[in-house]
Amino acid sequence: MIHPQEILQTIEMIDQQHLDIRTITMGINLLDCAHPDMDICCENIYNKIVTSARHLVPVGEAIEAEFGIPIVNKRISVTPISLVAAAVQAEDYVPLAHALDRAAKEVGVNFIGGFSALVHKGFTDSDRKLIAAIPRALTKTERVCASVNVGTTKAGINMDAVRLMGDCIKEAADRTASTGGAACSKLVVFCNAVEDNPFMAGAFHGEGEAEHVINVGVSGPGVVHAALKSLGANAPFDQVAETVKKTAFRITRMGQLVAMEASRRLGVPFGVVDLSLAPTPAVGDSVARILEEMGLEICGTHGTTAALALLNDAVKKGGVMASGHVGGLSGAFIPVSEDEGMIAAAQSGILTIDKLEAMTCVCSVGLDMIAVPGETTAETISAIIADEAAIGMINHKTTAVRIIPAPGTQVGDLVEFGGLLGTAPVMPVHDAASTVFIRRGGRIPAPMQGLRN
Amino acid sequence: MKAIVTVIGKDQVGIIASVCNALSEKQVNVLDISQTVLQEYFVMIMLADLSACSLSFARLADQLQEMGEGQGLDIRIQREDIFNAMHRI
Repeated sequence: MIHPQEILQTIEMIDQQHLDIRTITMGINLLDCAHPDMDICCENIYNKIVTSARHLVPVGEAIEAEFGIPIVNKRISVTPISLVAAAVQAEDYVPLAHALDRAAKEVGVNFIGGFSALVHKGFTDSDRKLIAAIPRALTKTERVCASVNVGTTKAGINMDAVRLMGDCIKEAADRTASTGGAACSKLVVFCNAVEDNPFMAGAFHGEGEAEHVINVGVSGPGVVHAALKSLGANAPFDQVAETVKKTAFRITRMGQLVAMEASRRLGVPFGVVDLSLAPTPAVGDSVARILEEMGLEICGTHGTTAALALLNDAVKKGGVMASGHVGGLSGAFIPVSEDEGMIAAAQSGILTIDKLEAMTCVCSVGLDMIAVPGETTAETISAIIADEAAIGMINHKTTAVRIIPAPGTQVGDLVEFGGLLGTAPVMPVHDAASTVFIRRGGRIPAPMQGLRN
Repeated sequence: MKAIVTVIGKDQVGIIASVCNALSEKQVNVLDISQTVLQEYFVMIMLADLSACSLSFARLADQLQEMGEGQGLDIRIQREDIFNAMHRI
């Protein structure tokens, strides 16, 4: 029998350290839903999702009850809609977002990802229609998430798309001005987007994926924090790394177990476990506080990038052995509004966008859930996207930007999004213009790093 | 299916008896018990076999929790697999 101490340790992780399965995400291929008639295409999409995912939420809840581990979200990712809709003879893609939203509500998932386009090398006509529809789609629907991939290491960066996304984000914010620009919290701009990410808002079901798939995202910043706290302030980094590895192993084993169980019960192949440390706004569930536990007074001060690099690497090393297939984004997330410690660090002025940008060089995603003043120009937002995409392109990693130019706000204001999306302190951006740079357009060529054949 | 029942709460007379009675009423067979008192808190861990259990897992969990609340105890039941996954390679 398992030792009582081990049982109590697991229960303590769940009860006091916020250990949970962050999401079970079902990927669904929608390519077979294509049809020239918009109404029929929408009906096909709705029917396919509802048929495929009707057991997802009940199965998730049953696993939750039997294993005694919270499964916070049950979600769906679908084939990028710009591909599914390419045959539709219509200019406006918003009805497709409504179809996704209706299906999400019918099966009881809180988010559905895949109102997406992959334009890293260029736009199809369908990609342009989809991007044009994003601000309205995110305003008029509740659960739909959108993403656009504007660059890859292999293709370089599509700077026309970068420019377009600055405008798109501004429009999405203006259309939801009464809620602080909340539509932007459902929109991610990627470089090197992955096809099997279970986390929102950037999840979509890639073309290389099977008909259906189950991907699971684990979490547990609180558990890592508690483990480091018990280690004490004088332990060398060798011990810090080892402690994070062991903790990540335990967390991921649980994710693997839940993933296999969900896959078996749903009769859907298991895809990957995403080894992520995903914070929530709850106290004790923060990535920033882990970095501070390593000895930094406030997250964002000098040393933060090194601390995050160690954390991110040790999470992967511990997790890789615990799971049969690792994928998705896998690493530490640093969404500002969703992390109690990051919020405090940003409010103190120590954590800046420039430091966050440096941190994205060594962790799993990018500038995530950052509110900036409402007067921030579209070109500045595009330039922020270009910087992040360049980091991703050169370093062979996924980077993303989920930024909210909250209308009517100034630096120091707080924007409340509620729930897991949390509260965003409005952070300063540089005043100097990037307008001429962004208006050039064209493509940044693929870097040497991409030429590996 | 095997499960771990964990009972945590203020020590009092008859905890083991009442939990065992409740389990036996539902045809749950107790395979192993470990019990200790940690800083005035009673901690009991039981390995139970649910193969003949007359209730669904979720109903059993709810009933145990309700029973515990009446006595100031936290009673939970979880499949053994989660502990094996987390603590055994």
